[in-house]
Amino acid sequence: MTKWAVLSPPTLFLLAFFLAPALIMVLASFQYPGEFGGLAPLTDPGDGKEFGLTLENHAFFFSDWLFAEIFARSFAVAAASTLICLLLAYPVAWLIAQSPRRHRDLLVLLVILPFASNFLIRVYAWMILLGPQAALARTLNGVLAALGLEPVSLLFSPCAVLVGMVYVHLPFMILPLYTNLEKHDPVLLDAAQDLGANAWRRFWGVTWPLSLPGVFSGSALVFIPVLGMFAIPDLLGGTRDMLIGNLIKDQFLGVRDWPFGAALSIMLTLAVLSLAGAAAWLSKPKARAA
Amino acid sequence: MPLLEIRRVTRRFGDFTAVDDVSFAVEPGEFFTLLGPSGCGKTTLLRMIAGFDLPDAGQILLDGRDLADTPAERRPVHTVFQNFALFPHLSVARNVAFPLRMAGLGEGEVKRRTADALDMVHLGELAEHYPHEISGGQKQRVALARGLVNRPRLLLLDEPLGALDLKLREEMQLELIKLQREVGITFVFVTHAQNEALALSHRIAVMNAGRVEQLDEPSRIYGFPVNRFVADFIGNCNLLEAEVRAVEADGLRLSVAGLGEVRAPAAEGCQTGERGLLALRPEQVQVAAEADPAWANRFPGQVRDFLYVGDVTTYQVRLDNGYTLQALLPNAAPGRARFHETGDRVMVGWSAQAGHYVREA
Repeated sequence: MTKWAVLSPPTLFLLAFFLAPALIMVLASFQYPGEFGGLAPLTDPGDGKEFGLTLENHAFFFSDWLFAEIFARSFAVAAASTLICLLLAYPVAWLIAQSPRRHRDLLVLLVILPFASNFLIRVYAWMILLGPQAALARTLNGVLAALGLEPVSLLFSPCAVLVGMVYVHLPFMILPLYTNLEKHDPVLLDAAQDLGANAWRRFWGVTWPLSLPGVFSGSALVFIPVLGMFAIPDLLGGTRDMLIGNLIKDQFLGVRDWPFGAALSIMLTLAVLSLAGAAAWLSKPKARAA
Repeated sequence: MPLLEIRRVTRRFGDFTAVDDVSFAVEPGEFFTLLGPSGCGKTTLLRMIAGFDLPDAGQILLDGRDLADTPAERRPVHTVFQNFALFPHLSVARNVAFPLRMAGLGEGEVKRRTADALDMVHLGELAEHYPHEISGGQKQRVALARGLVNRPRLLLLDEPLGALDLKLREEMQLELIKLQREVGITFVFVTHAQNEALALSHRIAVMNAGRVEQLDEPSRIYGFPVNRFVADFIGNCNLLEAEVRAVEADGLRLSVAGLGEVRAPAAEGCQTGERGLLALRPEQVQVAAEADPAWANRFPGQVRDFLYVGDVTTYQVRLDNGYTLQALLPNAAPGRARFHETGDRVMVGWSAQAGHYVREA
């Protein structure tokens, strides 16, 4: 009885605010757009306009390479951001896990400290840092000019988008990695060394495989949000740096084609779910490989 | 040449001297035990032999070669850790194969020797299981197989039986002895359990406060402790303050405060007038209603308490002069659980050959 009392509020909340909207989106992706945004009715209104269900939105997605290209670019940006985050976060997480216990909480606090200020403000800060008047761009362009090369813009480039994505999502990689690495029994490394493993093989033979659960959850926490992110490409990217997030946002807020936006969302969700399923399948039954 | 030589090794941590000028040698094929209470320096010494720590002074030689510049991973020395330290992400077979792969052996050789090592510890059928799927005793065997698989010069065992329950520990003791005899690899075993040390070792170094108090065969450590610490730490012991009255051809005449004269076996280098301890094992002390004429030493007393543990009964007998002696009587006769009740007046005695006089510096 108590179990139900505890479980039902969150269950009801998720049903009402997660599952129901998701189902509405699935339905919307099969509807016609309304005249001024929104959705056309499901039943015949009798005024000769479109109504009911259609596959047109999904067909439209496959009619133009442009959409596939945006999907591919988004996945590439998400993969690159995840990889860079992993490379930066692993040593940080490892150092925190190795540091004396009394320092660890402080170091973890420093990792999450950026969350104390608003996400948009931090991205705007990057606009200033990367902007043409900032020391970074002026130094770089000075060097380029000295070499007789054209100046470049740091801001409004794919690079700036990547910098922003990595910066914002880095803590989401560090925290799960740290939680994992902190639990490693140091005697396992002693044992590996004792049995003939040098530092390199101790890492790849013991630390890395044992940290894989942390690597997977950190990667999921970076990859998925980056895939749907529209604010960072909007602010730091150029016009050619549109990602799925921007495309979907534009369907709802710009061109007011809700059904097509819904169709894009559903396809993004399916793509992410199948990717997550593949990752889970690859990482789970260790016994197969043995 | 000894296989392992510890030469005047000292290790300090701040003000604390963990290992204090220790020297000894371990012969090839030996089952050598470092025995002592926790904090006596035995584990620090083991870590230095394995290469996880370096001495502040002194040398550790293996086959006559100083190990100071050889990191742990290049020493032909393997360790069986207290909690086994099996790799949780590797199957039993892969755990055992780990040192072979690190040594860069070919896949065929790795397979063959892993299978041999698993057979040696009777775990062939568990090869594909993971450490979390097997029992404590099985983990212990995997750790042993992993430590022995590429035939190190020396196997270090750090309280390897400590994590097992009593019954399993006794089984593993027998297996360890058998295994060591079969593979012929030198074992250096660390433990705080004196019965384990006595049961397993060829020789024991009893350590206390960073020093080796006594180094000898188990029976000599038990029978002839060199000082109060060893007598007290190894087994149970009645320790009586004594003064040497006379050194005679057939033994010593001691004067024990309050007891009077006690006869004890001769002790090396002992001189008239010196003070020391008479170490008397409980099983050497007899308890009976009437004194036995064979007892050279006999005293009246009263049973204060007794502890019946099945095979034997331990009596606490308070002598009329205030001493309480422990006596251990076997319950050999069936159904005879007790010989004496609490409060019984009894005679306590022991022969002139029992006991051991310990000189105190």
